[in-house]
Amino acid sequence: MDKIVSHKDVIDQLSNGMTIGVGGWGARRKPMSLIREICRSDIKDLTVVSYGGPDVGLLCAHKKIKKLIFGFVSLDMIPLESHFRQARQKNEIEIMELDEGMVQWGLRAAAMNLPFLPTRVGLGTDVLTYNPELEYVTSPYSDGEKLVAMPALKLDVALIHVNKSDEKGNTQIVGPDPFFDELFARAANKTFISSEEVVSTQDLGGKDGAIFNRFERSLVTGVLHAPCGAHPTSCAPNYGFDIKHLKEYSEAAKSFDEYSSKYLNRTHKDYIDSVGGSEAILNIPLPQF
Amino acid sequence: MSESITLSEICISASSKAWEGEGEILATGIGLIPRIAAGLAKLTHNPDLMMTDGETYLISKPAPMGKRDISYDQVEGYMSYSRVFENLWGGKRHAMVTPTQIDSFGQTNISAIGDYDSPKVQLLGVRGFPGNFINHKNSIFIPNHSVKTFVKGKVDMVSGMGYQNKELSNGKFEIKLVVTNLGVFDFNGEDNSLQLLSLHPGASVDDVIENTAFDVIINSDKATQMPTNEELAYIREVLDPQGIRNSIFGE
Repeated sequence: MDKIVSHKDVIDQLSNGMTIGVGGWGARRKPMSLIREICRSDIKDLTVVSYGGPDVGLLCAHKKIKKLIFGFVSLDMIPLESHFRQARQKNEIEIMELDEGMVQWGLRAAAMNLPFLPTRVGLGTDVLTYNPELEYVTSPYSDGEKLVAMPALKLDVALIHVNKSDEKGNTQIVGPDPFFDELFARAANKTFISSEEVVSTQDLGGKDGAIFNRFERSLVTGVLHAPCGAHPTSCAPNYGFDIKHLKEYSEAAKSFDEYSSKYLNRTHKDYIDSVGGSEAILNIPLPQF
Repeated sequence: MSESITLSEICISASSKAWEGEGEILATGIGLIPRIAAGLAKLTHNPDLMMTDGETYLISKPAPMGKRDISYDQVEGYMSYSRVFENLWGGKRHAMVTPTQIDSFGQTNISAIGDYDSPKVQLLGVRGFPGNFINHKNSIFIPNHSVKTFVKGKVDMVSGMGYQNKELSNGKFEIKLVVTNLGVFDFNGEDNSLQLLSLHPGASVDDVIENTAFDVIINSDKATQMPTNEELAYIREVLDPQGIRNSIFGE
């Protein structure tokens, strides 16, 4: 079994109007090399589900997003995402704004093949005002409580960046927080993984390594070898987020062409060289809070 | 204590009272003052509080502000984002947060300012506010008490619910304390109105009334309790030895 793919192979599996889920959280462990590849493709009108960071920002800057399903978009150390803000303030994207936990609940419903999951979250807030498609469900038990029926967030494709994988798609997320990547993979028809390292199965670390295997290989359609593929976001424990680059990226909301010609529209390898090379990235310390 | 007591120290001491008597729960202080305040609560009146290292691990002692040697952190448990959600849905948490707007109902906004379809200012998004406020107690720290933060009518995008919808929360909703640069408040006025509990040095009742765009109940104009010497020592020597707190009010 060999699921190894190239950046182009992944793009060939995407089409206009798809719903794409992006793993990671804010400026952490985002599959940025795949996001950049989408940006330089002709694909458009995407519905994107994300705990958003520069993945959402870059896609906004390239007008790839028709609708964003989100709880926040942030660069962590830089709280507000300038490209996303610009898209919102100019009314360029449709949105479904949800509580972070509702996003999880929607992915979990999809993962469990359920139409919805009940929750109190959202009640009493404008999340329901601005998402009139969200319906209620009444508890059939004696409490009779009226709850939100959070609909399944089904994904056509999930894109997830991991620390390690073999060619069969036995992945490992070694960083301390796996975020909700497992649910993205389970909610999707197809999941494409980009990985810092692609190793043989016997080099996955046996039982000790298997603890970091967050979802089964049967969920994985393709494995892309993308060293430093999360840059400028972090990929603990391999490297931290590149604050200097994130600042430059953030500033680029004013004049995107300059940033774009300097860093984008090039292969992943050339991109890594343009931001200082893999050795420099691997030396970026992990953030401390 | 030879140095004079600063406004940020007064706010930290007052904010730490949010976790008084809250028992063995997760204390989350988001932002500089709330985070130091949660740490102070743990070091003084509520040692049972659980706190994270600011990321994924529960640690035995509050993480000080600024760079530290994390090898000294005594890790005692795990608190990934998934675990945070599970924990907060169970209600065993008290967070202190800083919304951009708050209204007379206690509704809060961190999503967007202005027209929702093309906001004047897009903020973070609702984040976890809908879930936090309906599932557990919260307190609020506002560094810039003004009519732009304490708004008339309702906040532009209700991210955290308010008292008029309290019955939706299965008894869990409560805003315990509101600490601002002017004073200390709660929502225990008549019909859950915002009421003044105490004024910080230099602030007057008129300042409060002028800077709040809705009616505040004024039953007291007593002075906010000053931090004790023990609290000052913890703030200055343990929790924020580099004085990062001074940046909040430009002290």
